Amino acid sequence: MSTEKQLFTISVYTENNIGLLNRISAIFQRRHINIESLNISPSEIEGIAKFTIVVNMTVENVKKIIGQIEKQVEVIKAYYHNDDETIYQISGLFKIKSELLFEEPQIQNIIKESNARIVTVNKEFFVLEKSGKKEEVVALYDQLSVFGIMQYTRSGRVAITKEEMKISALLETYNNN
Amino acid sequence: METQTIVDKDITAKVTERISGSEAIVRCLIAEDVKIIYGYPGGAIMPVYDELYKYQDKIHHVLARHEQGAAHAAQGFARISGQVGVAIATSGPGATNLVTGIADAQIDSTPMVCITGQVPSHLLGSDAFQETDIVGISTPVTKWNCQVTRAADIPIALAKAFYIARSGRPGPVLVDITKDAQFEEFDFSYEKCTKIRSYVPIPKTVAGTLEAAAKLINAAKKPLIIWGQGVVLSVAEAQFKAFVEKAGIPAAWTILGASALPTSHPLNVGMLGMHGNYAPNKLTNECDLLIAIGMRFDDRVTGKLDEYATQAKVIHFEIDPAEVDKNIKTDVAVLGDAKATLEAILPLINENTHEAWHQQFKDLYEIEYEKVIKGDIHPTKEGLTMGEVIKEINIQSKGEAAIVTDVGQHQMIACRYAEFNQTKSNITSGGLGTMGFGLPAAIGAKMAAPEREVVSISGDGGFQMTIQELGTIFQQKVALKMVVLNNEFLGMVRQWQQLFFEKRYASTEMVNPNFVAIVEGYYIKARKVVKREDLKEAVAEMMASKDAYFLEVLVEKEGNVFPMVPTGASVSQIRLE
Repeated sequence: MSTEKQLFTISVYTENNIGLLNRISAIFQRRHINIESLNISPSEIEGIAKFTIVVNMTVENVKKIIGQIEKQVEVIKAYYHNDDETIYQISGLFKIKSELLFEEPQIQNIIKESNARIVTVNKEFFVLEKSGKKEEVVALYDQLSVFGIMQYTRSGRVAITKEEMKISALLETYNNN
Repeated sequence: METQTIVDKDITAKVTERISGSEAIVRCLIAEDVKIIYGYPGGAIMPVYDELYKYQDKIHHVLARHEQGAAHAAQGFARISGQVGVAIATSGPGATNLVTGIADAQIDSTPMVCITGQVPSHLLGSDAFQETDIVGISTPVTKWNCQVTRAADIPIALAKAFYIARSGRPGPVLVDITKDAQFEEFDFSYEKCTKIRSYVPIPKTVAGTLEAAAKLINAAKKPLIIWGQGVVLSVAEAQFKAFVEKAGIPAAWTILGASALPTSHPLNVGMLGMHGNYAPNKLTNECDLLIAIGMRFDDRVTGKLDEYATQAKVIHFEIDPAEVDKNIKTDVAVLGDAKATLEAILPLINENTHEAWHQQFKDLYEIEYEKVIKGDIHPTKEGLTMGEVIKEINIQSKGEAAIVTDVGQHQMIACRYAEFNQTKSNITSGGLGTMGFGLPAAIGAKMAAPEREVVSISGDGGFQMTIQELGTIFQQKVALKMVVLNNEFLGMVRQWQQLFFEKRYASTEMVNPNFVAIVEGYYIKARKVVKREDLKEAVAEMMASKDAYFLEVLVEKEGNVFPMVPTGASVSQIRLE
């Protein structure tokens, strides 16, 4: 089992410092690990950034990667979780010709059934936003691409773990040491 | 995002003085008790050199002949003293020339702070003259690095740099400082860094692991200790010796661990790995317990991983959690500083002698002696061997010299045959295998420990990679002993060509210059030996010299280093010929 590759979400809590993205991405690059998706955002703790990195690799190797990440001076803590252990979402944006809304009435059904949201509409185009699992966003893409999509983009994964991440407590112990 | 995390301290409460960023850099070095730095001036670092001129009674700046030499000298300084080595260079090529030394220090865990000048901040990213993204370039080979663009950030950046370089598992740190930050005036005060909230230099020893390790040690019938530089870096030599002696366990070393336990110690069973000793390699695959202390299971030590000690349980004493289970699965990981963990485990282990097991090492040593060692150090055939030169240095230095080696055959021979009575005596480029390391590293070592006899041993290839540092030796009057073992080949590559490429000696033959003439060109005493009968007297003359001395020994052209674990083979498939 452990030699089987699977998707992992790596969550890295760090100081918000310039250069750290380079340092972390170099860890993956050096080992020829393709990053499936990467998102950096503020975390629940003020001043602490959170990297959400999705990779496809074995458990054994993801553990080693976590070790290498945590070794960086400005990394507070890194975790890895499989898809069952996280609640995760991505977001997709679709730009479509407005005239299609009238010429191709199925599009309206597709929008309704997929729970996509219309962000903006004007004479030339409208923009759809769909959040969900990657598969759901891709499914919507497949349905819409038949009619022609002017622009399409997808965000990196954002994830919340079912497990508690005790970063505040950890920072507290660091501060008191 | 500027380097904002380093201005979060309240410095107003302390006494401050209005000085320039460049003076602050020098004052920070003084505050960190730095006495010697190695470097090379240039445009973007000139304000700092101007301050070094003013503070020359406090800090001795050593002008290297190339920034790579400065970096290796700082490494040699650090390795023999245990202090942080400091190298300084200008932007662009000055900075990139440091990179080989930085990478070497990273893989060999050497504490080093490099300070580089950078183009003024308004020119960053404009492809300005001598601009290079040294922070980007050095990121994968530094423990930490940062760029400073404001004078006010200098003290905190340097305080962090020294703290990070020396704490935990040591390593190189680079601080890149723009020229405008060097000129800018600010209110200076300095406080040493003792803590960084995201950084845990020494991990906590997990409860129960010491007891679990002791249980395995006490139950083992054929235990083997393999130690690395961690013992030296933790200054744990005494605790290590006490542990080895109480447990009565044969102990073998990686080349960076050499000299932590005297060569003559009865439980020191020699060197591990590709050109290590026969017994510890063979018996790695026979022991029932492998006790690794401050070492990282480098591939040169382990050979083929899936045939490495598969029969044994493994205990790993380690300061860097990322090393645990990285190459070898451990049964018990004892995290922490080796000095503390070895001290803590001592009362938990039983006294033992493991005589029968130890006898196996002695028996295999006899085989190695007959097949390899005898011919290496007591040769009867024509042509001097590298081994007999090392033996002569051992005899005449009484095993008290610090041996600084370069990379290649001479390095393996020196590590195999040098006798070390005291710790921090084997200074070599282990992980990176940097040819050209030896000569400048020896400069740093001799300057850090002028009371010690420092002998640099190089091959004819590596010596020429940093031969320009003879100028530094001459200018600084470094009383260093230099030996070049000249076989007129890039010997290690030639050996591989002989063994694995059917003797196709592609670009390994060296047509060498007159080394003696070159060295004498720097007004350094020099001598060449080509005959066995002259060796002893020449080494004596070298050892007696109060000043720098260069000895070239012409050795056999096609000598090979054995034993050898061929690449891809298991340690127990070690070849004696």
